[in-house]
Amino acid sequence: MDFNVLLQDIPTLLLVIFGVPAVLVGYIVGAEFLVRRLPDKNRPQVRPWIWVGPALAMVAGILFIPAIATFVQSFQDNHGNFVGFQNYATQLGGFPSGGVWIAIRNSIIIWLVIYMILVLTFGLTMAVLFDRVQYETVVKSLIFMPMAISSVASGVIWKFMYWYQPVGAPQTGTLNAVVTFFHHDPVAWLQDQWPNGLAILNNLALITVATWGLTGFSMVILSAALKGIPGDLLEAARVDGAGEITIFRRVIFPLMMPTVVVVGTTLVIFAIKVFDVPYVMTNGNFNTDVLALRMYNLLYLSHNNAAAAAVAIVLLIAVVPVLIFNLRQFRAVEARR
Amino acid sequence: MSVATAGRLESTAAAWSLPWLAQRLQRSLLHIAVIGLTLVWIIPTLGLLASSFRPAAQIITTGWWTALSPPLQFTIQNYQDMLNQSNMGTAIFNSFMVSIPSTVIPVTIAAFAAFAFAWMKFPFRDWIFLAFVGLLAVPLQLTFVPVLTFFVAHGIVPDNLTSIGLPPWVGLWLAHAGYGLPFSTYLLANFFRQLPSDLFESAEIDGAGTLTVFFRIVLPLSVPALASLIIFQFLWVWNDLLVALIYVGGSADVAPLTVNLANLTNSLGQGYELLTAAAFFSMVVPLAVFLSLQRYFVRGILAGSVKG
Repeated sequence: MDFNVLLQDIPTLLLVIFGVPAVLVGYIVGAEFLVRRLPDKNRPQVRPWIWVGPALAMVAGILFIPAIATFVQSFQDNHGNFVGFQNYATQLGGFPSGGVWIAIRNSIIIWLVIYMILVLTFGLTMAVLFDRVQYETVVKSLIFMPMAISSVASGVIWKFMYWYQPVGAPQTGTLNAVVTFFHHDPVAWLQDQWPNGLAILNNLALITVATWGLTGFSMVILSAALKGIPGDLLEAARVDGAGEITIFRRVIFPLMMPTVVVVGTTLVIFAIKVFDVPYVMTNGNFNTDVLALRMYNLLYLSHNNAAAAAVAIVLLIAVVPVLIFNLRQFRAVEARR
Repeated sequence: MSVATAGRLESTAAAWSLPWLAQRLQRSLLHIAVIGLTLVWIIPTLGLLASSFRPAAQIITTGWWTALSPPLQFTIQNYQDMLNQSNMGTAIFNSFMVSIPSTVIPVTIAAFAAFAFAWMKFPFRDWIFLAFVGLLAVPLQLTFVPVLTFFVAHGIVPDNLTSIGLPPWVGLWLAHAGYGLPFSTYLLANFFRQLPSDLFESAEIDGAGTLTVFFRIVLPLSVPALASLIIFQFLWVWNDLLVALIYVGGSADVAPLTVNLANLTNSLGQGYELLTAAAFFSMVVPLAVFLSLQRYFVRGILAGSVKG
């Protein structure tokens, strides 16, 4: 490592660590100073905009206006001429195996549905099981740990799990060592498009990585909800002679349903935008493309901004149900306030 | 999997009775399931950790589990090679330079805005807040092309920023700040609103100005929420790949750890002992943050997703 480079960068470091907060605090103190010079009756009209202004400007500039610009661009070609739905037609043509369809299938069926089911099932199972042992904190931390590391690092970790050597060579990948131990031929987990080129196996291998990474998240939230269920309720059910399975099905699960839905909506947003894991592990080859990766490749490999904009809008359409659900949920909570 | 109550345990006091055996069996099955699941979860990480300390020649020929039995042959050679041969040293510096401002800027600005949303009256307040909630779900992908076009047109790109004496990451900071704001504002506004209003009234009677109320009352009372949010945003930015690829992906001397690690993954055919060490190197900071501040991290996650 070249430490001299780091030494040269120390002014930058100081500028960044002290300069950025100084600018931010300087802004609010300076602006308040000016507001206090205003006549009494104008102050309450101006002050809120001073406080909310920077956030509004940034959200408008980085999120809101660009999103609208992308929407407009999806109806234009790369020179700014209006072309109607042509970008969408190009992307959505070639059904069922061309264009964007593989990415749509993987994003919606594999990632959104199967991945969500896996994360919720593992999370719920762990929350319920771990609740019954004394060493709960330790096992929860261990399961939760992958949440702290990047998807890129997770991808590297699992690349070594999936490592494949041809038949006869020593298998250094954990999974293939297990597979060959049972006298099965080693499996090229990330390339194998079983069954019949439908590419279910390698896509499942990818969602395994992401499931491993995010189960801790659903476990922690579901576990908190589980602990919120009054003990008397479970006690009463037990006294009535209900078995543990019945109690789970009839008491615990219904009470946890709202939390499961909330975790589910978060997972939908996460799953539909997934990028890092396919990018690091297969780069979308072997029919493992997803929408976010396809958009990135259209942008950086094909330099086709218009097509990328159309794919981005497809992504947006996929999250609209969640968006509406979130807004309704929010308004319902507000109404109860 | 039954955990019967204490009362029931006593009622089946006769040792070695059938219910007692059944219960012991269930307890053992429970422990096997719990420990089994946990083992499955940590084996991938343990495998890579063991590999990263093995000599390069052995990584290619035998699995990591052979290293756990004698003769033990561990080495830190991979880590030395990784630091010398890849630019992971620069990358970790870059990761700090990206993550610190990309945390400070949105959290501070969100705190200002949340204060206004929670305790001031202004036109369209509730509609603007609703828009923030809606933007929580909007995919970032929607913003890349226009923001990037704007940055390029106005010289907010690494090379140009360096030449005018600014840090090369300014564009990335602004992007991360914008992307982090809806969540940060939402979380903090919900927290600020729950502070008792008497506090504000009595402060006003005492003649405290808005700044005093914000810095002396609101912020100190919100330390738990702020801590959760800071950890959350810091880890999010530190672990982010996509946004970094979009805005600084082209310049290796500016790119953070994740971008470098991804490049290493895609380019290394043979030297994959470097990759094992590089992956762990990239995890050191988030794992340290996670292990020391786990409590706040978990609290942040709960506050962000549990309804209400």
